[in-house]
Amino acid sequence: MTTELARPAIGTALTRLDGPAKVTGSAPYAFEQQVDEPLYVYPLQATIARGRITGIGTSAAEAMDGVVAVLSHVNAARLARPKDSLAVIYNQAEPPSVEDGELSILQSDQVAFRGQLIGGVIAGSLEVARHAAGLVRVEYDAQSHDVSFSPDREDFYAPQRVNAAPTDSEQGDIEEGLASAAVTVDESYRTPMEHNNPMEPHSTVARWDRDGLTLYDSTQGAHVVQTVLAPMFGLDPEQVRVISPYVGGGFGAKGMPHAHNVLVVLAAQLVPGRPVKLALTRQQLFPLAGHRPPTVQRIRLGAGSDGRLTAIAVDVKTQTSKVKEFGEAAGAVARMMYAAPNRRVTHRLAALDVPVGSWMRAPGRCPGMFGLEVALDELAVASGIDPIELRIRNEPDRDPDTGRPWSSRNLVRCLREGARHFGWDERDPKPGARRQGDWLVGTGMASATYGANTIPGSRTRIRCHPDGRYLVQIAAADIGTGTWTTLTQIAADALECPVGAIELEIGDSALPRASVAGGSTGISSWGSSVYSAAAALRERHGNHPRPGTEVEIEMESNPDAERFSLHSFGAQFAEVHVDVDTREIRVARMLGVFDVGRIVNPRTARSQLIGGMTMGLSIALHEEGILDPRFGHIVNQDLAGYHIASNADVDEIEAIWLGEPDPHANPMGTRGVGEIGIVGAPAAIANAIHHATGRRVRALPITLDQLL
Amino acid sequence: MKPFRYERATDMAEAVATLAAEPGGAFLAGGTNLVDLMKVGVVEPDLLVDVRRLASATIEDLPDGALRVGAAVTNSDLAADRRIRSRYPVLSEALLSGASGQLRNVATVGGNLLQRTRCVYFYDTTTPCNKRQPGSGCSAIGGYTRYHAILGASASCIATHPSDMAVGLLALDATVLVLGPNGERSIPLSEFHRLPGDEPQRDTVLAHGELITAVDLPRLPFAERSRYYKVRDRASYAFALVSVAAALDLADGVVQDARIALGGVAHKPWRATLAEASLRGAPATEDSFLRAADEELARAEPLAGNAFKVPLLRNTLTKVLRQLVQGGAR
Repeated sequence: MTTELARPAIGTALTRLDGPAKVTGSAPYAFEQQVDEPLYVYPLQATIARGRITGIGTSAAEAMDGVVAVLSHVNAARLARPKDSLAVIYNQAEPPSVEDGELSILQSDQVAFRGQLIGGVIAGSLEVARHAAGLVRVEYDAQSHDVSFSPDREDFYAPQRVNAAPTDSEQGDIEEGLASAAVTVDESYRTPMEHNNPMEPHSTVARWDRDGLTLYDSTQGAHVVQTVLAPMFGLDPEQVRVISPYVGGGFGAKGMPHAHNVLVVLAAQLVPGRPVKLALTRQQLFPLAGHRPPTVQRIRLGAGSDGRLTAIAVDVKTQTSKVKEFGEAAGAVARMMYAAPNRRVTHRLAALDVPVGSWMRAPGRCPGMFGLEVALDELAVASGIDPIELRIRNEPDRDPDTGRPWSSRNLVRCLREGARHFGWDERDPKPGARRQGDWLVGTGMASATYGANTIPGSRTRIRCHPDGRYLVQIAAADIGTGTWTTLTQIAADALECPVGAIELEIGDSALPRASVAGGSTGISSWGSSVYSAAAALRERHGNHPRPGTEVEIEMESNPDAERFSLHSFGAQFAEVHVDVDTREIRVARMLGVFDVGRIVNPRTARSQLIGGMTMGLSIALHEEGILDPRFGHIVNQDLAGYHIASNADVDEIEAIWLGEPDPHANPMGTRGVGEIGIVGAPAAIANAIHHATGRRVRALPITLDQLL
Repeated sequence: MKPFRYERATDMAEAVATLAAEPGGAFLAGGTNLVDLMKVGVVEPDLLVDVRRLASATIEDLPDGALRVGAAVTNSDLAADRRIRSRYPVLSEALLSGASGQLRNVATVGGNLLQRTRCVYFYDTTTPCNKRQPGSGCSAIGGYTRYHAILGASASCIATHPSDMAVGLLALDATVLVLGPNGERSIPLSEFHRLPGDEPQRDTVLAHGELITAVDLPRLPFAERSRYYKVRDRASYAFALVSVAAALDLADGVVQDARIALGGVAHKPWRATLAEASLRGAPATEDSFLRAADEELARAEPLAGNAFKVPLLRNTLTKVLRQLVQGGAR
């Protein structure tokens, strides 16, 4: 222990501890892990959207120098049913009926979507494997496919749940609430298929030997991968080790194992003792890494002449793949965001022959707050009430969905602070009325929210070194978010020592079990776990434990999580310029004010928040997977065709936070900053475009042709 | 990527002879487009003949006031050249609106002229494409056409040419110098790129083995009043939805002469001859500009997915002409 009075490490802008290793290229990402005599597997993908494989011609590929084997349903090992990823992640009971057809690859001749994995070529070099894959001739019996999502379909169904959220909810009487309203809005809002595209494509190195399976994987959760995959291959979880110290971005796409993980293990099984490497190409991410499903949200709002809502109805239609159900819970935010006596939220899915959807940053919340917050803006215009004032008038004193009190809710402070900082009070609400040179100028705002959740069950081990330092071990993940740094800061405060006295180990399933880096739960969950272990160390061994002393315990549960409604909030502002001739859209200013609890590290938190806001700008103006219904796949399947915001698209961008600790969230008072930055940003920009041009666009992305 | 041989010749004549003897070969310069296409299997050359170090990388003044740009001059160097920036600002602006700084540092003038289309179906070897595989069909027709042609397309191909530089060069009446197995020839840039017709696999009139050695820019004093405007789906690093390269010769408020080329609208950089003719002798007014745009666009044949390009181009062309008259920056 240090004798000087240690300042709290939490709250300091510590630079990334892993920064030097990353910028010098010495931080090993999955594909760069040094292994002996690796082989490479290059995927074979279906080129039909539905049907049956009738033949696989492998002789030309097998004849190539360096090719070891061609893997397909003909020779792949039989797999047992995987555990359900969402059930594993949320510690829920296994859903009895849900099959995971995403992971159960190469088990039959059936093709369920275009781009699906149907095999792989294993070779001594990546170049040979890839070239040989092009020589494999696959014959199909193609059947007609159905990939066209439209709200007019007649086969929508109600799932049991939508990404862990309830499917439907109802309070009061919507029709009555709308009938009694002085002002109503009834519009549909659309969001497209979107694709996460982390900078590091999904990659895995697998080695199968007598002791089991070792994976170097680019994942947001080493234990999720371990727990889901092990039973598929007849292994105990302890026989599968997943190592992932550095991950080049995930955004949810690496929150659970995908089919490529299974392919590389099937390949490794064929060549025991030899590591097999797989890195998906950018193009392969589009059908294989999950995506945000498209949504159509019919939103009906009713309000009195004073702007107080009498009814909120949100009916969401979205799609799922046929082989694995995933729903985009776009209606969930409408359940808790604003007060209203009458409320209904529904979700319906259409099952199509499309790739498997999954998490993408702020799943449900991001598209849902596009619809809701644009609808609010329309209500503000229709009722002649300032959009900020309208939101303040509809502030609920309790969570309307659960009836629980808020742990703390400072949306109004965010709105007021943002208005002051942004200069909102000088705003003339009239649309299409401001011009600077060739640019029409407008401003807009939207609220933001994200759940402040903690996943129970994470464990931490602390060992006392002879030199007074502590080894802190937990299988947490750093997906570029800063966990190496921020969890070190938390450990330093939990153990009341300088950060230099902490030696942190994360990113390895051999470490104590930890929850996923997803749902903005990482720091809240892992930090709680570190605090629990530190408390146990002090309780059992006092303030001066002997060197070699060790504790490992599971985190304490948080009874307040059941008593309070825990959410983060924010206010997003945007200034948009639209060219009078070409209708090019530029976002000149973005401001986000966030109520996200205590900030562990202002430097990494800012990076998370403005990163989320930038992704929100991307969603507002750029991102759209174009699914060609004739073929069944995304045709703009690279970063030249699938646009994300470039540096030049981001001008002035600022994130500020209230910094008020949440007394009920966890020992640190944090709420998570990973996702809320993206929420509300698209609506703020859409509302600013309306203010600039007078044109209300209700479909994302908003492109210049919609404004011509 | 299919295995290939790589060779370096000692001079351009040897490079041409080497490639002429190898029907499945290709020249390699910056490689910014060719290597990409090889990675995804769109192009599978047996032999690459590296000409990067052979072609001239200098820009020389010719006696008649023209400039000769060596084929190996990088896009960055050309854009930054003092003579280009003062005499042909449209070209410098066109270059700087293309790709990224990193790519422009590597991409060459010769290679840029030979860029292949960015049609998503051309890039996707699992879909039919007449340009990639003649006779297989055009997937873009009836598909995703946001970036496709509204002028000069055919029933076999609706792709657009992706180069910005070429649009600037076309407005400047550039000439392409070529060395082939049968000697040298020069090709006006206006005749260099082709419309697709029923042979969309041929982007240009070059024969196999012909190597671009230089591009000549004729003296054109009024090009000092010129500019390039590129409209795209994001602020940087995107191909043009439409682009306009224009130079105006003005006297007493009347257009004496005009050079206008359009990008993002056709299988080749599109010289707007009808708009130019309409402007000659016309007062430099908004009405004249709109009429010129409308006369050019009267021959447009847009598709459902890119019909917006017609009003967009009309607005963009008039914007650029207006700015040239005002002489002010954006």
